[in-house]
This record gives sequence, structure tokens and C-alpha cells, in this order.
Amino acid sequence: MVDLVQLIISGTATGAIYALCALGFTLLWQASGTINFAQGEFVMVPAFLMLFFINTAGLPMWVAFLLTCLVAMVLLGYTFKRAMVDPLIRHGVIPLVIATLGLSIGVKQLVKAGVTAQAQPFNSIFPDGLLSLGALKVSYMDVGTLVLAGLIVISLQTFLNRTVTGRAMQAVAQNTDSARVLGINVARMVLYTFLINAVLSVVAALLVTPTYLAKFDMGESIGLKAFYAAIIGGFNQTRGALLGGVLVGVLENLTGAYISPAYKEGVALMLFLVVIIFKPEGLLGKTEERKV
Amino acid sequence: MKKFNLIPVSLFGLVVANGCFAQQGPIPIVGLVELSGTGATAGTNFDNGVKLAVKEINAAGGILGRKIQYTSMDTQSAPQTAKALAQKAVDEKAYVVMGPVFSGSFIVSMAETKRAEIPNFTGGEAANITQQGNPYVFRTSFTQSTAMPKLARYIKDAVKAKTVAIVWVNNDFGKGGRDSMTKALEAQGIKVAADVSTDPGQVDFSAAVLKVKQSNADAAFVYTNEEESARALREFRKQGYAKPIIGETTLTGQKVIELAGDAANGAVAHVGLTVDAPQPQIKAFDQKFQAEYKYKSDHNGMKGYSGMYVVKAITEKVGKLDSKEFAKALHGATIRAKDYPGVLLDVHFDANGDLDRESFLVKVEGGKQVVTATLPPVSPIQ
Amino acid sequence: MSKTQRIALVIGLVLYAVLPQFLKSYGVYLMTLLCVYLMAAFGLNLIVGYAGQMSIGQAAFYGIGAYVAAILMTKMGISFWFALPIAAIACFVVGLALGFPALRVQHHYLAFATLGFNVLVFLVMRNEEDLTGGTFGISNIPRPSIFGYSLDGALPFFYFAFVSVILLAAVLWWLLRSPWGRAFAALRDNPIRAESTGVNITAYTLLAFAIGAACAGIGGVYLAALVNFIEPGQFSLSVSLLMLLAVIVGGSGRFFGPVLGSIVVVLLPEWLRFLQDWYLAIFGFAVIVLMVYLPGGLLSLGDRFKSGGGTR
Repeated sequence: MVDLVQLIISGTATGAIYALCALGFTLLWQASGTINFAQGEFVMVPAFLMLFFINTAGLPMWVAFLLTCLVAMVLLGYTFKRAMVDPLIRHGVIPLVIATLGLSIGVKQLVKAGVTAQAQPFNSIFPDGLLSLGALKVSYMDVGTLVLAGLIVISLQTFLNRTVTGRAMQAVAQNTDSARVLGINVARMVLYTFLINAVLSVVAALLVTPTYLAKFDMGESIGLKAFYAAIIGGFNQTRGALLGGVLVGVLENLTGAYISPAYKEGVALMLFLVVIIFKPEGLLGKTEERKV
Repeated sequence: MKKFNLIPVSLFGLVVANGCFAQQGPIPIVGLVELSGTGATAGTNFDNGVKLAVKEINAAGGILGRKIQYTSMDTQSAPQTAKALAQKAVDEKAYVVMGPVFSGSFIVSMAETKRAEIPNFTGGEAANITQQGNPYVFRTSFTQSTAMPKLARYIKDAVKAKTVAIVWVNNDFGKGGRDSMTKALEAQGIKVAADVSTDPGQVDFSAAVLKVKQSNADAAFVYTNEEESARALREFRKQGYAKPIIGETTLTGQKVIELAGDAANGAVAHVGLTVDAPQPQIKAFDQKFQAEYKYKSDHNGMKGYSGMYVVKAITEKVGKLDSKEFAKALHGATIRAKDYPGVLLDVHFDANGDLDRESFLVKVEGGKQVVTATLPPVSPIQ
Repeated sequence: MSKTQRIALVIGLVLYAVLPQFLKSYGVYLMTLLCVYLMAAFGLNLIVGYAGQMSIGQAAFYGIGAYVAAILMTKMGISFWFALPIAAIACFVVGLALGFPALRVQHHYLAFATLGFNVLVFLVMRNEEDLTGGTFGISNIPRPSIFGYSLDGALPFFYFAFVSVILLAAVLWWLLRSPWGRAFAALRDNPIRAESTGVNITAYTLLAFAIGAACAGIGGVYLAALVNFIEPGQFSLSVSLLMLLAVIVGGSGRFFGPVLGSIVVVLLPEWLRFLQDWYLAIFGFAVIVLMVYLPGGLLSLGDRFKSGGGTR
């Protein structure tokens, strides 16, 4: 029983990281109809940026983190939108999807060829060791991950629901045309979404890289999980991404421990396929109205 | 960290050059190495080791007065690529082929070098490589069936463990090691309390470590490739695992220590080669390697380096460049470090291409490998 | 096809047939690999270019074909000539089984379903060791012989694969010009009108998907025989992604698009070997540029200068 609870807690922590990526993924989809297949590389690039700021520039962790957020907003937010999404989205979803696939390969190989093909260590911001709650032992890293990811999600939700800008962004997400009629600066709101996605990716990188190690292909796995999570939870619901992320994380852990470590990914994957086929709007999603 | 070798090879460049092995000009030697993919750490080190040896040998006048021309090709850690590139090495009339390092790739690619009767050195440790009667295959490291019994004895005598949990990676290397180890442990009367398989390239070891903890074994034996070893060690640390963590060479490699940081401290391993060994020729190698590449070599760098010197020693013994004669002469050969310091330790090759030499027990302390014991060869080198 | 295009095609084929005579075994291997890859890519073009569906799982079918054939040939001693149709039919049936529910719901969900399917197939290949050999793969896969003539050698097998891919292409060419194939043109040009005239979009799309899958299966059988060895890594998701990009870069929906795309992905890296990892980096970014300026792929370049559909 204690094991089960422990597995669920550590699964939730991993799932929280998936959820951060999935959240960015769904935000982009809602605001601009972008399916970003380079989402995993959006986590890998900040990991290397942070390493650069820490190791080469010799900056402390938090400065490196803030600087990386800034660079990511410019590079993975603004530039990504202006150089790729804006010119492509007019042609429909598919050319953009193909272009993000190209981006994913391009960025990965660029890091591999230009930086290193080998994995690099990345220190956790949380201490090693275990927190004992009676018989239950939880690592500081899992607790820290849960708290930080939770804080980010809550503040994002508050921003989206309580501020004028946030509500304007939601209005754009729901219906671009009527938002425009209401006098909302649609272009700006969409840009905000891209910036938020960039920051979420940096946080995910901060949390996941100590375990995954910084490597050019580290984004493949996390990008895929974020994708599962977004679809399972509901492509057009931010809450869906959270549920999906946690579900994937917990299912992986439980499958790994009780069914077969070799099929760790299997159950989440089956759920993903079942959702696509039987409930394509996702567990929490509403039926798609957007005309693609 | 990566070096470029600018060899523009076009399809037209592959056009047949007829005739057999040239008796003039540089000696072509091809490295099939994992420069990317899951084996990048191992392959890059091996490649760098070979390159360093080649550089030294060429600076000292080459082999039999001829320079070596070494070309490395990236197998991307994929067996089918390794196999295709082995064909290419054959096309280029390689005198000797070095690598691949990964057992899984080697088992597939060695068919090509065997058909062309070209001696092929591997960094792989899987026991089955040398059990298939291929007269052109030679090791640069121990086979698992030599290494594991040494380690099992240590687990019984020094660790005094009654039960062991095995964490292994599900590829040729890991499976071979796990099978050899299970047998060796049984022979020592030690029980395998948990048998946990993990994937090549796995990133999350939380479930694996939890299984080890649940098994309540006296010690954990971790047998995975470098990056995965580092991730596993980090997870052991994260979950506060307090029992001995024991492994083979890969568990305490330089890259693993770098990647795992503090989490590597306390890990114990049996290693065939380590730059921290007390022998003067190994110290000299360590310095040269660090001067050349600005980092510390792991065992794979030493495998590539010493392997290249074996090529030099045996070729000089044969007295001419003949791939077939080379293979014959290497079987049963003994090469001494006093004659050829580049082989690093006195080494003996048996009839299968397996090698025997001294080995070491190391422990990671304060982020460094410390040699705690030197183990003699299985049978004394005459 | 205009007359000049026909002449160009014949010249290209003759050159391709003659070139291996001058190559060493590695060069021949690469040229054979291109033929094999093309079989799967032609199938993918049917799905992507003609039926307008995204498939991110072509490597799964490539793999199913390879594994079915390898298991039949090595473990049951069944000949290549029986294994080939069995593998193709297996892929066709699996394609129907996967495509039917996915297409029923929402059209672009086929992309997601194929992605998940590819990962699932990879897991099964890697983990069901008794059947698939797990990470060790299956080795010693034999090459076939034809009328008692062994195709073991590099050149005989090259010509075998070369003729096979031409036959496959001819069948697809004929298929696309049959009334059934013409319905696709109608579909692609104006789906709403096509539907109103009684074309069952879902049925047609599903069939195209399954035929595309079967083509990949056939390619897989040849791949197994070419390499003599298969393991799960050859059929991972990234292989599917690269193949999809190859088809689109060449020009999806154009019959010869996959040829150009496959050359870019299979042969060009060898030519530009000095670029090493930079090759794929450049390729990735080139895809983005291509999507922005030339979404129809490289073959649509010609249309920029002249009107008319060309090889469409």
C-alpha cells in the first residue's frame, strides 16, 4: 500500500512535468491552431541554454534560469511565431505540422553537430534525499517538482481567469472572430500565448533535465508524452492537459512496477489510442468546433 | 568534442579500385564507432583512443615503416548501419577494422569482416561474440564470462551479500552480462532477489529502483550502458538507497561519474582498464590522453588505444601486412607492456580471440575512481 | 506525361540500372536500399498525397512486413515468395483495422492514431522476445532465389529490387488512372462535390490507407532480405517522420515526388558525408523554408515556370 502511494506520488511529479509541456501545447492549439511537433525540442533547447549560462558564463542558477526564460521567449516564442507560424498557418494545419517536424529534426541535429552528441549533467535545484511522512518516503525532488509545477499552473490559471489580458486570451482561444469584434488585439493575445509556452518549456527543462540529462534527443520522449497527455486530456482544454499529464505519469509508474517495466509506456499509449478512437475530444474536452 | 574528418566520399568515389591489398602507401584502418545515438559516449572514447595511438605510431615512423591512415565512420549505434559501414570498410580494403564497441552492432557487422577475412577488434563484452567460431574477431576487453565470476567472488567474500538484485539493460550487452552474472552468483551460492530489465536509452529509473528496494536484497548489481548507469545512480540516490551498488566497468566510467555527480560516490565496480591504475604506462597514457582531448579517458579510450598497439605489435611480429597471417598470429599471442607500453598491461589472447590480463576493483570516492585492489589474470601470463 | 518526361524517365532508369556495375558493394547496397525505401514511400504518397491524410506510422507497416517475413522465413522455413504476399496482406488488414475506427471519427485523427500505433508496434517488437527476438532482432534472414537462380549477391539482389519497385510503381500508376483512382482527383480537387456525386470519402480514404500500408509491408520484406537482419530501431517513430518529410519534400501528390524525396533522404547524405550531422540539421531547416515558399515540394518547382499539372 505504501509502495502504491509512493508510486502515485512520484508518478504525479513526473506527470506534472509532462503537464507543463502539454499545457503549452494546448495553449498554442487554442490560440492559433498550431500543432507543434517540436515541443520536445522546446524543452531541450532551454536545458542547453541554462547549461551554457551556468557553465560557460559562470552565472548562478537563478540568473541562468531568468536569462533562459528571456532568450526562450524571444527565440521559441516570438521568432517561432513570426518566422514559422505566421507565414504558414494560412496554408492550413498540415504544412505547419510538417514545418515543426522539420524544426524538430533541424534543432536536434544542430545541437548534436554544433554542441555535443553526448549527454551532459544538469544539477537539480532540489536537494537529494527523502522526506519521511511516517512509513511514506518521498524524495525532495518529487515534492519540489510538484510544488513548483503546481505553483506555475495555479498562477497561470489565475492569470487566464482573473486578469483582463488573460480573459482576452481565452476569448481569442474560443472564437477569434468574435474576439476581434469585441475589440481585442488578437495578434497580441496570440503572441502572449507563444511567450507563455516558451516559459512553460523552460520550467519543464529545469525540472526534467536532472533526470533525463541534457542531450540533443532528450526532447523526443518528453515531447511524445506531452502529446499523449494533451490528446488524452482534451486538446482544447487547459484542464485536460493537466489531467492528461498526471494520468500519463502515474500510469507509467504503475505499469512499470506492477505489469512490466518493458511496457511502461504501453498503458498510457493504449489509453491514448482508445481516446483517439472513441472519445476524440479527450476526457475533458468539448467537441471540436474549430474549422480546420 | 567531436572532430570532423573531412572525407568527401561520393558515389563516384566508391567506384572500384581493382587489385588486392596495396603493399605501398599508408595502411588503411577503419573504425566503426558509435559517434551518436545511445553509444555515443563509448564510441567517442574508443575512437579517440584509437586516434591517439595512431598519431603516436605515425609520429614514431608507423608500422613497418608505413603510416596508418585511420578513418572513423559513425554507426549511429544502429546495427544495420554498422553492417552497411562494415561493407564499406571492406570496399576500402581495410587492413584491420576497429569496432563497433556495442556488442549488438558488432554481432551483426562482424559477418562482413569475416567474409572478407579482415581482423576485427571489438570493444564489446557480450560473451557470445567469441563463441561463434569467427577466427577474425578479437576483443579489447574482457568477455563477460571472465569478468562476472571475478565480481561474484568479490560480492561473496568482501560484500558478504546473500541476495543480490540485478538491474540490467535489455540489449545484447546487458542480457549477456545478466546471464553470466546470474550463473556466477549461483555458483557462489548467492540468490538473485530481483531481476529488473530496463530499456536502452531509458530515462526514468524510478520504477526499477523501487523494485530493487522492494526486493530487500543485500546489494544491487547494476549493468547498463554509461548514460543509463548515470541515470540509475541518480535515481538510487534520489530514493535514498543505502545498500552497496556494484557493477562492471560501465558503472564507474568517467562519463558516468561526470553525469551522476555525487550520486556516483560509493559505487563499486570491477574494471578491466582504468586510468587510475597504478602502472606507470597507464599513468603516461592518462597524461597523453588528457593533453590531447582535455578530458579523462574512460575504459573505452584505453580499449581503442591498446587495441591499436596490439595491431602494431602483431604486424611487426608477422613482418608484413597480411590480414590472414595477422589473425593467425594473434591467436595464442602474448604481448608484454615492457615491449609495447601502448598495450598498457601484459595481455594474452586465446584461441577464440578473448583476452586475459590483470583487472581492478574500483570504488568511486569524492567523484574519483579509486583502485582498491588489483586482481590477477585468470591464468598467469607466461 | 509529356514526351520529354517519358524520355527523361527512360534515361533515368537506364542510368540507375547501369550505375551499380561501377560501384563497390557499399554503393550497390545504398542503391538497393533506395529501391526498398521507395516501395514504402510510394505507399505513403498514396496516403498523404492522393488521399490527403497524414500518416505518421509508415515505419510501423514497414516493420510489420519485415518481421512477418523474417519470422516466416527464418523460423518456419517458408519461402520468400509466400512470405511476400502474406506480409503484404497482413499490412493491408492491419491498415484497415487501424484506419477504420480512426477515420470514422475525424479525418485528421488518423495522423495521431498512426503515431500511437507506431510506438506501440515498436514496443511489441522490442519486448516480445520469443516472437521477434527483442532488441537482438532477427538475423540470418535469407535472400530469395528465382527460378533456381540465387539472388544472394549484391548485384543480383539490386536488380531484383529495382525491377520490383518498377513493377510496384506501375501497379500504382495504373491504379491511380483507373476509375477508382480518378475518384481521388475528384476528392482532392473538390471534396464536397465529390461527395454529392456519390463518392464515399471514408471508404476511398480507408482503402488508400490500407494499400499504402501494404506497399510499406512489401518494402519491409525486401528490407529484411537486403540487410539480412532486422531489429526494432529500424522501425521507430523517427523513421516514419523522416519518410513523411521525404515524401513531402519531394512533392506529395506527384507520382515521382517520393523518388526525389527518397534520394534526398537516402543517397544525398552519403554524397555529402563531409557534412556529417550538419546534413540533417540543414535538411530540417530546409523543410521549414520549403513549407513557406514551396509547400508543394521540390517537384512543384517546375509549375512555377509553366502552367499545367505536369506529372500529376
